Amino acid sequence: MYKILRKENLNPTVTLMEIDAPLIARKAEPGQFIILRVNEDGERIPLTIADFDREKGTVTIIFQIVGATTELLNAKNQGEYIEDFVGPLGKESELEGLKKVCVVGGGVGNAIAYPVAKKLHNLDAEVTVIAGFKNKDLVILEDQYEAITDHFVKMSDEGNWGEKGLVTDALRKLLEAGEQFDEVIAIGPVIMMKFVCALTKQFGVKTVISMNPIMVDGTGMCGACRLTVGGETKFACVDGPDFDGHQVDFDEAMSRLTMYRDFERQAHDHVCNLLKMEVK
Amino acid sequence: MPNMSLKKNEMPSQAPDVRNKNFNEVALGYELSQALDEAERCLNCKKSPCVSGCPVGIRIPEFIAKIRENDFEGAYQVINKDSSLPAVCGRVCPQESQCEQKCVRGVKGEPVGIGRLERFVADWHNANVTASPEKPEPNGHKVAVIGSGPSGLTCAGDLAKKGYDVTIFEALHKAGGVLVYGIPEFRLPKAIVQKEVDGLKALGVKVETNVVIGKTVTIDELFDMGFESVFIGSGAGLPSFMKIPGENLKGVYSANEFLTRSNLMKAYRPDSYTPIKKNDNVIVVGGGNVAMDAARSALRLGAKNVYIVYRRSEEELPARREEVEHAKEEGIIFKLLNNPVKINGDENGFVKSVTCLKQELGEPDASGRRSPHPVPGSEFDIEADCVIMSIGTSPNPLIKSTTPGLESNRKGCIVADEATGKTSREHVYAGGDAVTGAATVILAMGAGKAAAKAIDEDLMG
Repeated sequence: MYKILRKENLNPTVTLMEIDAPLIARKAEPGQFIILRVNEDGERIPLTIADFDREKGTVTIIFQIVGATTELLNAKNQGEYIEDFVGPLGKESELEGLKKVCVVGGGVGNAIAYPVAKKLHNLDAEVTVIAGFKNKDLVILEDQYEAITDHFVKMSDEGNWGEKGLVTDALRKLLEAGEQFDEVIAIGPVIMMKFVCALTKQFGVKTVISMNPIMVDGTGMCGACRLTVGGETKFACVDGPDFDGHQVDFDEAMSRLTMYRDFERQAHDHVCNLLKMEVK
Repeated sequence: MPNMSLKKNEMPSQAPDVRNKNFNEVALGYELSQALDEAERCLNCKKSPCVSGCPVGIRIPEFIAKIRENDFEGAYQVINKDSSLPAVCGRVCPQESQCEQKCVRGVKGEPVGIGRLERFVADWHNANVTASPEKPEPNGHKVAVIGSGPSGLTCAGDLAKKGYDVTIFEALHKAGGVLVYGIPEFRLPKAIVQKEVDGLKALGVKVETNVVIGKTVTIDELFDMGFESVFIGSGAGLPSFMKIPGENLKGVYSANEFLTRSNLMKAYRPDSYTPIKKNDNVIVVGGGNVAMDAARSALRLGAKNVYIVYRRSEEELPARREEVEHAKEEGIIFKLLNNPVKINGDENGFVKSVTCLKQELGEPDASGRRSPHPVPGSEFDIEADCVIMSIGTSPNPLIKSTTPGLESNRKGCIVADEATGKTSREHVYAGGDAVTGAATVILAMGAGKAAAKAIDEDLMG
């Protein structure tokens, strides 16, 4: 059992939890993930590590409420416990030696992009962050980004936070203006990462993306998380989750994410009804 | 006078057309009268060839003699001296190629039903004996066991009985390894595995779930934590795929994933939060026990047609005869001498059909089995909405990539001495599928047992 030491609603659909997990906090690095089960008989879901504190022995997760399991997780309060919490899994992001990097975060993907940007900042790299959200109500981590970025570009679909437009619009502008990045790191919805990669390929800029596919065990045992990279099958849990974005078959990855859509919808409705009954 | 019947007492089982719709255990176990009758078939031969066929050397005629005396707990104690998982082995051991193959009664007629008797004794003990075993006197030595599958449980049990302070580290949220994630409920009820794990805990063994050795903690850190010896029983994790077009379509599973969803995550229950695809036509590729487990699980999950596609013939099927027979009775369709070459998808990326190529057998290859060759121009399609790849696994790289000096072979298997489990690292032992590649529960247990003995000799000198 793993205790929830702090819970904060970052916006109506995104929640932060700081979990007491000293063994994982000791080892965690940006880019790695954990697998959790909310309750006995719960589903195993992967969540990327948003932050960690080695001294306090805590690991922070930030999640969007998208389905049954995240709904159940969100129903837990500070001081309560999560059944299982295992990690750190996957390979850490390779950030050493980078001097000038553009980190592109989309929506809740910013929760994963932030620790990467923070570590780059601590490694004395020049960090540009392009963060995109649907609108100002869904923005997360704005202050945290301000503290660690050299350039912070804000984008929103509705135009009420930063500039109106997509993260790729902002990135194109920078690249066309002649900005030279050692690397672009893009983390967000698969469709966003796909278009970032299509753009950076034109400019010949190395781009690393972080995959978040369906997983079960997260240790290389089941193969549910497989994807095609450079024509070869890779397992996101042990070979990734970071990959060379110019080699990834994004269309296949997007298709695989929809495998259980009908089941997920039903399970979500079921949980919502259960939670409503509890409220009554 | 021994019972000279040429046939074993038949195993009472659920009828095929009933059991293929539920996940309850197929074989129901001997009644008392059947067990006594079967025990009378044992000739109690002096040379006891059966014992030499058992990887853990259970004193078979001795425990069967106790059954004849109606001393079932006595029989259990005889088995328990050599095996820590009798209720498991009585169910999943391939007795026909081990103890029973060597049985003298098998020369003319059927051998004694040793596995069935072992199961009877273990089930009798579990149903009638509630007293937990006495905790041995601690000897002050700490040993870490990685993985809670058959080799890890055996190694931990043997060491705990000698007074060692043993901690098992398990990556998943539940102890049991392949016994809980791989082998289905209808072959091995999970309550039985839990009972064995609880038995170890009663002996003082600690079980730490959610710890991935190689990630959460490394082997070197285990030594820093005060463990004097480490046994690696991490199993053969990584599933193999065929590298044919269409393998990443939705509806293609590794057997590991399909079985883990169904067994460990209980996706067969309507109240499970873990999804599993509902299918009409399922193709399982492969011919081993795992393939049979996957096929029979798919049928129970509601599939209308389940096919086993295997590139060799019935004679070469690596699965146990009994599993193949059970699968056939339940309605699994065997498409032998066929090999998939392509998986075809629909416009939404879901599996639609599998293109196979007929095969014919040539001369025996290096493995001694006749090697299959494709028949040119023999392509045909089988309609399917799910494909389960059950063509083997290779060892998980997490431990060897984080343990300097730990030698592994070309296939990624950890190199360990067969008799002692000793690896290239001092005080590090290994056994089970992590060393051999995918094999059987009992062989893994044998390796765990051998390593426990070697660890004891090393530490107690």
